[in-house]
Amino acid sequence: MVKSDFGYNSKVEGEVIVTQADAVVNWVRSHSIWPMPMGLACCAIELMAAGGSRFDISRFGMEVMRFSPRQADCMIVAGTVTYKMAEVVRRIYDQMAEPKWVIAMGACASSGGMYRSYATLQGVDNIVPVDIYISGCPPRPEALLDGMMLLQEKIRQEGGSLRRTFRGRTIETKIVR
Amino acid sequence: MESTVLTQRFPALKLLTSTDMATFEVPTTDLLAVVQFLRDQEGFDLLADLCGIDWPERQPRFGVVIHLLNTQKAQYVRLHVPAVNDSVPSIAALHPGANWHEREAYDMFGIQFAGHPDPRRILMWDSYPYHPLRKEFPLAGIEVPLPAADVAEVTGQGVEPAPMMGGPFVSDGGKMSEGEPSGRDQSWTEKHPKR
Repeated sequence: MVKSDFGYNSKVEGEVIVTQADAVVNWVRSHSIWPMPMGLACCAIELMAAGGSRFDISRFGMEVMRFSPRQADCMIVAGTVTYKMAEVVRRIYDQMAEPKWVIAMGACASSGGMYRSYATLQGVDNIVPVDIYISGCPPRPEALLDGMMLLQEKIRQEGGSLRRTFRGRTIETKIVR
Repeated sequence: MESTVLTQRFPALKLLTSTDMATFEVPTTDLLAVVQFLRDQEGFDLLADLCGIDWPERQPRFGVVIHLLNTQKAQYVRLHVPAVNDSVPSIAALHPGANWHEREAYDMFGIQFAGHPDPRRILMWDSYPYHPLRKEFPLAGIEVPLPAADVAEVTGQGVEPAPMMGGPFVSDGGKMSEGEPSGRDQSWTEKHPKR
């Protein structure tokens, strides 16, 4: 059961019912994350390994990699984001339906990594709001699985609306049921 | 191939000293004829590499280096072509593989390739105003707007110089350093802008 400030403040419905619905919805969402593999560099190889049988991301209900942003709800940015590619990453993010989450996988996506240069965006959080950062260059598949499970935990804590911070602003998306 | 074969046929060519392979300085006027002769008569049928050179102390400053391989005899030849007014003839008609190499040399150095079938940038976006591998261009980059105006407006993000702290580690030129290699300008981070 999730206690949140975002439920209906109605005496007729009562907060209990709404927060239970939140818990159910969050539980369903957290176990059916459909990732959008934004594979841009070598991290994508580890991402593929995580999808393979040895590490088996499907144990956690996240194996349905969707290459169409309209069918995905979690973009895994795996690799170096160049300024030329930043536009594409942002457009694909915009095309994903709410609710949506972003994982910055690896040093490059998180901070630009070792690419301190004229061509590289210094962290994908400059253009999209990031929920989970995964360290490593590249991270092992276990690290990605750990990050995905952290994201599940985060989803389970979410209230009736989605709040995310981006560049100091809080962006809120109301969920209409 | 004896190096005299080329110098006799093309007297303007200059044999340069080289430790690994026959190396010639080729004037731009002879380049197409030399490459065609090497390809059709001498069996240098594979373009191994084509790259630009920026040598600021030299006149002309820019040049192009072409490596050709004879796949039958396993021989290499290297051609150094000093640019005339930053321009070199394109050899993409003789070696189609040169197409993207020349686009890269244009993108990174601003060397024009006369007669190139598709003279666009290949790595940076089309509206990018600089040629990043020129010696005077800072590794961190120069501030310009993002190529997509709408994305720049939503995110407030532009192309910004990258902080060099913790960045590419370099040793001091010259004698071997005792300490560990470090970033070039450690005073400059994301939080503390360059003064």
